[in-house]
Parts: sequence; C-alpha cells; structure tokens
Amino acid sequence: MEKRFMKGCEALAEAAVRAGVRFFAGYPITPQNEIPEYMSRRLPEVGGVFVQGESEIASVNMVYGAAATGVRAMTSSSGPGISLKCEGISYLAAARIPALIVDVSRGGPGLGSIQPAQSDYLMATKALGHGGHRLMVFAPSTVQEIVDLTYSAHDFAERDRNPVMILIDGCLGAMMESVALPEMREPKPESQSGWTLGRREGETRGAHLISPIYEAGLEGLNRQFGERTARWQKEDVMVEELYLDDAEYVLTAYGMAARVARQVTEDLRREGYKVGLIRPITLFPFPKESFRKLVPGTVKGVIDIEMAIPGQMSEDVAASLPQGIPLYEYGHSGGVLLDDADTKAAVLDIISGNKEARA
Amino acid sequence: MSELYERPKSILPNASSYCPGCLHATATKIIAEVIDELGVKDKAIYVLPVGCSTQGLVSWDLDIIGSAHGRAPAVATGIKRCRPDCLVFCYQGDGDLASIGLAEIMSAANRGENITVIYANNSIFGMTGGQMAPTTLIGQKATTAVTGRQLLGTGYPLKMCELIKELDAPRLVVRCSLRTPAGIKKARASILKGFKNQLEGKGFSFIELLTNCPTTWHTDALGSLDFMEKYTEKYFECRTFTDKEERFGE
Ligand SMILES: Cc1ncc(C[n+]2csc(CCOP(=O)(O)OP(=O)(O)O)c2C)c(N)n1
Ligand code: SF4
Ligand SMILES: [Mg+2]
Repeated sequence: MEKRFMKGCEALAEAAVRAGVRFFAGYPITPQNEIPEYMSRRLPEVGGVFVQGESEIASVNMVYGAAATGVRAMTSSSGPGISLKCEGISYLAAARIPALIVDVSRGGPGLGSIQPAQSDYLMATKALGHGGHRLMVFAPSTVQEIVDLTYSAHDFAERDRNPVMILIDGCLGAMMESVALPEMREPKPESQSGWTLGRREGETRGAHLISPIYEAGLEGLNRQFGERTARWQKEDVMVEELYLDDAEYVLTAYGMAARVARQVTEDLRREGYKVGLIRPITLFPFPKESFRKLVPGTVKGVIDIEMAIPGQMSEDVAASLPQGIPLYEYGHSGGVLLDDADTKAAVLDIISGNKEARA
Repeated sequence: MSELYERPKSILPNASSYCPGCLHATATKIIAEVIDELGVKDKAIYVLPVGCSTQGLVSWDLDIIGSAHGRAPAVATGIKRCRPDCLVFCYQGDGDLASIGLAEIMSAANRGENITVIYANNSIFGMTGGQMAPTTLIGQKATTAVTGRQLLGTGYPLKMCELIKELDAPRLVVRCSLRTPAGIKKARASILKGFKNQLEGKGFSFIELLTNCPTTWHTDALGSLDFMEKYTEKYFECRTFTDKEERFGE
C-alpha cells in the first residue's frame, strides 16, 4: 500500500478519488478549501469533473444531477455552507440519490469563527434539511481513519441510495499524518443503471423518473426510511471502546476531541485511575448500546468531552445512559482547542466530586 | 383510416392536468414535437422545475429528474458534465427562474453550459395561487398585490432575455410568444435551434416563451390571450437577442 504524509483534507480528497468519485462541486469556505483545491487538480487527471459552483446551493444541486447519472459525486463545505446545502441534501434523500457530503466544521452559530470546533453535531445527526430524513454520519479521528471511511462512504450511500456525511473539524482537516492509501477503484456507473438517468448507446429500456415529489406513497417512503434507520442501528454502528470492563469513569468523545480524550484516558490509567473511553465513529447511527450496557454503581459517571458548548453529542449520550449514571460535560468551543493537561485536570476534578452533573 | 395528427412519441397518453387554455400544454407539445423531429427521445434528459409544469412528471415519456425550486440549471449542469452525450434541458417558470433561481440561471448561462433552458414566463406564480412574480407587469393584479403591482417597492418586471444577452457565453437568446400560431411556429423553430446548438456542442441556449395563466389572471382562455396582446407583449419584446454560430470555448 502506498504511504504518504498528508493533510486531513487532502487525504480525504485523494481517498474519495480512489473510491471512484468522479464529480465534485463546491464553493470556497475555510477550513475546507484544500478539498476543492485538491479536486480541481486531481479529478481531471482521472477523467473526472470539477466544478466551482456559484454557491453551496448550486454545488449540492450539481451533485444531485451528477449523482443521478450514476457517477460517484461529492461536495464539501463547513457549517455556514452546510446550512445552505441542507435544501439539496433533503432533495437527495427524497429522490433517493447517493452522494457524499463532507462537513469540515468550524465555530458557530452564524459566521461564527473559522477556527476548528465541533459545532455541527446536531445539524449533522438530526436534521440536514427539512422533512425528517437521516444520513449515516461518520466521524473519523485520525487522518488514516479519514481515508478509510471516505473510501467506503459511497458503498453505504449506494447500498441505501441515500446521501452520507463525513464530519470532521478544521483541526483534523489541517493536521498532517502519515497514511496508507488504498488502491484506485475504477468507477462503475453502470452498477447503478437500474434507476439512473441517461440511456447508453444501444440501451433499450423504459424511461426513468427521479423525483423528490410523492403525491401518493409518501407515508410509505417515510416508513421505509424509518425501517432503514432501525437497520442501521442494528447493523452499521461503528464505535471504539477502551477499558470498559472495569471502568469507573467513562470518557466519551468523537473526532478531534477523542484524540485528547484517549490521551487523558491512557495517562490516567497509568496513574491507576479506572477510566475508560467510548468513541462513537458513526454519530448516526449512534452507538447507544455502548452506553446502555454500562452498569450503574460500577460506573460512577460518564464524562462527555466536546469542542462545543454546550455539548451536542451529550444529548444522545444522556438519552442512552441508564438511570443512576451521572453525565458530566467538559469542553471548549469557538476555536479554543482542547488541551491534554487541562482536560486531564477537568476529568480529575469531576472524579473528585467537584463538579455538578449535567442537568 | 390514416392518422393525420399524432401524439408526439415522448408524451404519454395521460390526461393533462393543466387548466383549460393554459399554454404550458402548448409548450409541452412543441417541445415533444421537436424531440421527435430530431429523433433524440432516447438520449433526452428533462430537468423539471417547481411550478405548474412539475405536472410534467406524469405526462412525459423521457428520463426525468425533478429539481428543487429554481435549481434546475445547476442540476442540469451536473448531469450534462457527466453525460455530455445526452440532450439535457430544463423547463422553468418565471418564479422558478427569475426569482428564487436567479443565481443558478445566470451562472449556468455565464459558464456557457452546453444545455438548453426553456423559460415559460406567465408573469405570475401560477402554482401557488397567483402571487406577484418578478415578471408581473406594473398594474397587474396578484394575490400579494391586490391593487396591482406598484413600481415603488417592487421595481420593474424583470426581463431575463435582456439580462442574459449581456453575457458573452450564450449562443442563443430569444423570446417568443405562444399567443398566436405564428408565435408558436417561431417558438418551435427556436427550441429546435436550441437543441441543435447543444447537440453540436455550441453551448448555452435560452428560449423564453411568453405564456398565460387564465386561472390566476381571473380570466378565460381568450381573455388571457387578449391580455398578452395588450400588455405582456408590449413590455416583453419578442425577438432574437443573440444567435451565435461558433462553438463556445473555441
Ligand atoms: C423553496 C421553495 N419555496 C417556495 C415553494 C413554493 N412554490 C411552488 S411553485 C412556486 C412558484 C411557481 O411559479 P412559476 O415558477 O412562475 O411557475 P408557474 O406555476 O407560474 O408555471 C412556488 C413559490 C417551493 N416549492 N419551494
Ligand atoms: S394555474 Fe395557471 S399556469 Fe398553472 S396550470 Fe393553471 S393556468 Fe396553467
Ligand atoms: Mg409563472
């Protein structure tokens, strides 16, 4: 396997190309500009298409059209742009078009800050647009994991005929690490030809209709989506668990924050504290079981660590925790990065009973 | 018995749900006839807007994709870039194209996308019940301008051909009226030209069709044609604004 030293955003773009992505449309916004910049150079080399859209709205709709021809297509942005893409994402879901949406998050709300933050968890997992559809949301925490999850993202998207999201933050996107790159996969638009637009030369078939409108049958579609979500919850959850067998305090974090949480977990372990870690890799479906199985009494508390104030994932953690296990929050937001030493001190403070649990 | 007048091949034998006298139906028919004439039914991809013409979902026998309100030119861009061998066209109303979709149409036109856009301007939001559109004439009544559109606060009716003709990339910019048989003939020839431009790789073609909306104009079919003659065509001049032969980018 080819090894390279790459930035998170560029590694993501290269992994997408190797996964067979041949269409990218996007609009500049910090901190994800390296993705469109990389794609503008790289896609023409492999016969793909790069378009700089006039807005995020146009870009996601270009992806809507491109992906409807069976080509693997993607777009990327950051919070303010993802807000604009939400309309298109809802239409992708309704029209059952697979696509990859990447959010390299920054501080919010509003124009917020271009500095890294995990401020888009709620938007990503609860409502990427109107209508109640859901996307699988993947949250890598290393550059290698960015590569691996991007490489398989379209397999999920095409299996479900639904958009998928990869959510990282600006820090992970800018971070350089050594990565092993997977082999180039040749795109197979014809694998989707049962529903896509555009007959090939000599192809005889009835007309295909791709529609985001359901005069009748919408309830059926909603039901189908509900069943699919239940299936994801059963079969597709990805999570990393550390030291849960004897942990008295369990840290939980995703993405960039999980790197700090892991460091703190290892440090405290070495000092004799019985701490563990739950790191959700799929934010949706959320690894509810990892929390449900914690035993009250044995586990004295769960500590949610996020680059968001108030914590956003902590809402899902709270909903999954058995009665009797208090949930604590620690974090920074608005571009203030988490620091190993401060985070460790905060965790120790909680363990010593100096902090109140989340209401 | 021999058949003298046939249903175009790309139209399904379903009842049209357009209101009586609605010129969306006429537009549908001439587009379908042009597709027959060019023999391109099997490679046509139709991008539908949001508006009354969304009803086309049940009347066309073509590969179709429904788009979000105003976004059809962006959707068509994505399709055409991936399938340059197909004939990709949008049909959009004036609310769709000249209001919410202004950025998408202007940018696609400016990029010289090799697509064809057919723009049905009935100077009203038909589907939502007759609200004022950017194209509503001064003095024309709408449900959000019950005493008629005023200049102050709403400005002048937006002339899309006149805007798009200022761009260098478009190959064909033309406005026709579907009010008369002669206008319909001209519209048909313009659509043919717009499709040919695309098939020959020339780039962006824009065909505006002046249409009506008897229902929200609160008149009947003939009354709506009178209105078009007296007012619509006086403001929206029917002519060819741009007709360039060379391929874009060469
Ligand atoms: C984002 C969004 N806003 C508003 C609407 C509601 N809407 C549906 S059709 C329409 C206007 C259609 O007018 P026009 O494009 O002129 O088409 P017509 O019906 O007159 O042919 C509007 C505003 C919508 N579907 N989506
Ligand atoms: S409401 Fe107007 S535009 Fe819509 S179908 Fe009826 S007449 Fe035609
Ligand atoms: Mg209209």
